[in-house]
Amino acid sequence: MGATVTTADNQGKIWGGGENEPMGASYGKLMMWFFIVSDALTFSAFLGAYGFSRFKFIETWPLADEVFTHFPFMHGVAAPMYYVALMTFILIFSSVTMVLAVDAGHQMNKNKVIVYMFLTIIGGLIFVGSQAWEWKNFIKGEYGAIETTGGSLLQFVDKDGKRVALADFAATLPAERERHAANKGAWFVSEGELPTYSVAEVQAGFKAHPDVLIRTEVLNQETKQKTILSRAESEAHLANAKYVVEGANLIRNEYGNRLFADFFFFITGFHGFHVFSGVIINIIIFFNVLVGTYEKRRSYEMVEKVGLYWHFVDLVWVFVFTVFYLV
Amino acid sequence: MSHVHESNTGKIWKVFGILSAVTIFEVVLGIYKPAFLHHNSLFGVLWGLSLLNIIFYALTVYKAYYIVYSFMHMDGETAWLRRSVVIPFIFLLIYLLFILLTEGHYIYGVFKDSTIKWNF
Repeated sequence: MGATVTTADNQGKIWGGGENEPMGASYGKLMMWFFIVSDALTFSAFLGAYGFSRFKFIETWPLADEVFTHFPFMHGVAAPMYYVALMTFILIFSSVTMVLAVDAGHQMNKNKVIVYMFLTIIGGLIFVGSQAWEWKNFIKGEYGAIETTGGSLLQFVDKDGKRVALADFAATLPAERERHAANKGAWFVSEGELPTYSVAEVQAGFKAHPDVLIRTEVLNQETKQKTILSRAESEAHLANAKYVVEGANLIRNEYGNRLFADFFFFITGFHGFHVFSGVIINIIIFFNVLVGTYEKRRSYEMVEKVGLYWHFVDLVWVFVFTVFYLV
Repeated sequence: MSHVHESNTGKIWKVFGILSAVTIFEVVLGIYKPAFLHHNSLFGVLWGLSLLNIIFYALTVYKAYYIVYSFMHMDGETAWLRRSVVIPFIFLLIYLLFILLTEGHYIYGVFKDSTIKWNF
């Protein structure tokens, strides 16, 4: 029984029924597994819903390579995947330190548990920070785009197919509209931040730059590249412009399908929330280790249980990484 | 059931090596996207899954196996604990994915072949 007994004083009445432990696991550990199964199903449902929406719009879904291209201190360099790969390593490594802490707990080595749990907490904090940075870049956007009256998104490229930012070609027209605030005008309604450029400015700038073309969301199934329109088609499409989209919010985003940003925020946000709560739980257990709670219990099973949760968070990230960044 | 707790650190670092190697392999594939993998698919147009994506999913499941069985000590649990965690989950997952992806593909067809665009 030594592997799973939690406290010294409940010897003999574990699970309230003598020596009998269902499936050889203590109550806490089994409940942690049940929780993990249900939480895994929740994440499966989210990722499945993402797949559903992606299959619905399979021809127009954004390409992850073009969305997540930032790396710290490398401004303007397109570095797809490197940053998220780094985040993955940080999380896997914090999983390793967690399992080392569990291992040290089995040997009742308090000092080692302290060191490894501390490293795990640091890894978790770095990961959450990295995710915040990723969100910041995602929300801020890089190039900007135009949404048409039909709800599709137009991005801008030069002759070589390289992306062009709105700031590079949009004209500056005198008729600026002011942001509507609640304390001005009727009905006390306000509006969100206005984009840097108006639709008219983008259209005028487009006219003045004959080398700029429009790229639509439609994915060419042969080349796996987005379709670039001819100049004449581009002009026709731009006539339907309705909004200037910069960055991402829950309503529209400059990367493509609206649902893309919604799922990104929701799933990585829900995962980030798990990491955050994992860090909090780790900190609580860390202090319990420090004050010697588990030394007195003669069992570090609590570290093992919180470790299960922490590995689960890592496990989910492995899938989020594949679904959002690789596929 | 009494275990002698010898240290597993050797095995832990080995698993870390496997997970890292697989991740690096995935990232390299994801950056270079070899054309013969990226442009060929196994199931035709229906699923739109390129060979590259199938490799990514397979490697993900491979990594997940190591995380669950090694890091979460699933291999040390009793057979019925393993089964009661893994079997319901895998069953429900496959069921859910089959339903959602089939439905998503159907709606794609509706959007493509009819005039309905946004109203469902």
